[in-house]
Amino acid sequence: MSTPPLAKNLGRSDSAKASLPLRRREAANLVPQTRLGGPIPWVIAIMIALVVVAAAGGLALSNLANNARADLSGAVTVQIVEADADLRAQKAADAATLLIAQDNVSTVRVVPEDELGEMLEPWLGDGAGSQDIPIPALIDVQLSSASRPEQIAQLQATLDAAVQGTRVDAQSDWLQPVYSALSALQYLALALIGLLAFACAAAVWLASRSAFANHRDTVEIIHLLGGTDAQVTRIFQRSVVRDAAFGGFVGLVLGALAVWLLGRQFAALDSGMVAGGGLDWSDWAIIAAIPLAGIALALLTGRITILMALRRML
Amino acid sequence: MTERAGDIVNFDNVGLRYGTEPEVLSDLSFTLFPGSFYFLTGASGAGKTSLLKLLYLAQRPSRGAIRMFGKDMITLPREELPMYRRRLGVVFQDFRLVDHLTAFDNVALPLRLAGVKDSNLTKPVSDMLDWVGLTERAQAKPATMSGGEQQRVAIARAVIGRPDMLIADEPTGNVDPEMALKLLRLFEALNRLGTTVVVATHDVHLLKKVPESLIMRLNKGRLHDPTGALRFPPRPSGATTSRSDEL
Ligand SMILES: Nc1ncnc2c1ncn2[C@@H]1O[C@H](COP(=O)(O)OP(=O)(O)OP(=O)(O)O)[C@@H](O)[C@H]1O
Ligand SMILES: [Mg+2]
Repeated sequence: MSTPPLAKNLGRSDSAKASLPLRRREAANLVPQTRLGGPIPWVIAIMIALVVVAAAGGLALSNLANNARADLSGAVTVQIVEADADLRAQKAADAATLLIAQDNVSTVRVVPEDELGEMLEPWLGDGAGSQDIPIPALIDVQLSSASRPEQIAQLQATLDAAVQGTRVDAQSDWLQPVYSALSALQYLALALIGLLAFACAAAVWLASRSAFANHRDTVEIIHLLGGTDAQVTRIFQRSVVRDAAFGGFVGLVLGALAVWLLGRQFAALDSGMVAGGGLDWSDWAIIAAIPLAGIALALLTGRITILMALRRML
Repeated sequence: MTERAGDIVNFDNVGLRYGTEPEVLSDLSFTLFPGSFYFLTGASGAGKTSLLKLLYLAQRPSRGAIRMFGKDMITLPREELPMYRRRLGVVFQDFRLVDHLTAFDNVALPLRLAGVKDSNLTKPVSDMLDWVGLTERAQAKPATMSGGEQQRVAIARAVIGRPDMLIADEPTGNVDPEMALKLLRLFEALNRLGTTVVVATHDVHLLKKVPESLIMRLNKGRLHDPTGALRFPPRPSGATTSRSDEL
C-alpha cells in the first residue's frame, strides 16, 4: 500500500495568516445563492426610489423657501386707499417721494393702474380696469435690508404724518403661513425618509435572518472547521451588498425619472414661485448619494443581524 | 487539577446533558497523550458522539473541566475557538459535507479557511482525493455521491491540514472492509507524523488492526477503564494495556 500524501503541513504552516478573512471568490462559493433572494432587491429599489422622490421634494421646497425669503425679505408694500382717482394718484406720488427720501429704502415703484387691473382681473372680471371700482394705489418698496417690524412701524408713522389713508405691509408677513406650510412639508419629507430607511433596514434584517437560517448547516460546518465569525459574516455580506447595489441603482433611476418628470410638470406651470424650487447640481449630488447611503445601511444591518445570529452559536 | 506538559486533552469530572434530559455523559475523567492512537467504543447511544462533540469543540459540557492543548476550554472566549478548531481534523458521523461544494472544494475548505492560497492547495487536495480513490469524483457534489464516497471526502477533509488531533466518528461505517483498512492506514500514517488520533467505532475487527492503540469504552455515558490506561494520573506513555480482547 502506498504512503498517504501527508508530507506537507499545509494548514499549520499558514496559521500565521489564519485570521485572514476568506478571499472574495471562495467566500462566494460557500453560499450557493448569490442573492438574499426573492423580492428583496426590488423592495430596496422601491424604497430608494421613494426616498429619492421625498428627498428631491424636500430639497426643492427648501430652495423655494430660501429664494422666496431672499426675494421678499426687504420687500414692503404700501397701499393707499382713496376713492377719487386723481387724488389717489397725487397721494401715491407724494408717498413715493417721501419714501425714496428714507435712508433704508433702496427702490420705490408706483405700480401703474393698468398693471393693477391686470393683476386683479381674474378676481374682479373685466370691470377691474374700469374706473367704477375704486382700487387702492400700490407702491412696491425695496428696503436696503431685511424688514424688521420697527422699520415698518417707522415707515407707517412717517407716511401717516404726510399722506392720509396709507397702509404699510412687509410682504414676508403675508407669506408667513406659506413658509410654515413649506417647512411642515420639509419635515414631512424628512420623516418619510426616516421611515423608509427604517423599513429598508427591517427588510434587510428579515432577509438576512432567513438567508442565515437557510444556510445554518453550512455556517455550522464552517465554524467546526475553524472558520471565524468574520469569515462567515463576509459570505453573507456579499449577498447583501449585491442586492442593495441592484436595488439602489434601479431605485435611483426610477426615482430620478419621477423627479425629472415632476420637475417638467411644474416648470410648465411657469409660475414665479415654483421656478424658485428647481434643483441645482449640489441637490442632485445629494440625491445621487442616496443609493450609497442605502447600501451602507443594508450592509450595516446585514452585518449586525448575522453577527447577532452567530453570537448564539458556539 | 494537575497540569503536565504533554497532555493534549484533559477531562476532569465532566458531565453533559442536553436540555433538561438526564446526563448522557457522567463523571468523565481521563487524559489523552499527544501522538497516541485511541479507539472509543460503546453500544449505540452510549454517548460516543457526545464525547467527541466535546472534543471537537462543538459542545460545552454541563459540568466539569476540559483542558485541551494546555488551555482551559470552558472559559475560552468564543473568538478563540476557531484557532483551536483549526488544530483538529474531524470526521463527523453524518459527514457534514457542504452540499453545494464539489468534493474538491469540500476537501480544500479547511485549508482555505486557514488562508492557504489556491495555487498552494490544488496539488495536495488532488493527491489526497487520489489516495482515497476519488479522482474521478473530484467535481461531484455530495448529493450525487454514495455514502462511502461521501465518507472518504469527509476523511480527506479531516486529514488534509495534518491536524494535531484527528477525531473520527464511525469513519469506516459506510465503506467495504478493504477501503476501511486503507483508511485506517491513513490514520496510522497521520499518527506516526505525530497526530493524536481518536476513532469512535462499533467495529471490533478494526480495533485489532492497530496493535498499539488504546481503548476507551463508554457504557451508558460512563467511561470504562479496567486497566487504568486513561486514569488520572495515567500510567507512563507507551502503555498498551486495554486491548480489544478484554472488551
Ligand atoms: N442533540 C441532542 N439532543 C438531545 N439528546 C441527544 C442529542 N444528541 C444525542 N442525544 C442523546 O444522547 C445519548 C447519546 O447519544 P450519542 O449520539 O452520543 O450516542 P453514540 O454512542 O454516538 O451512538 P451511535 O453509536 O448510535 O452513534 C442518546 O441517548 C441520544 O439520544
Ligand atoms: Mg454516534
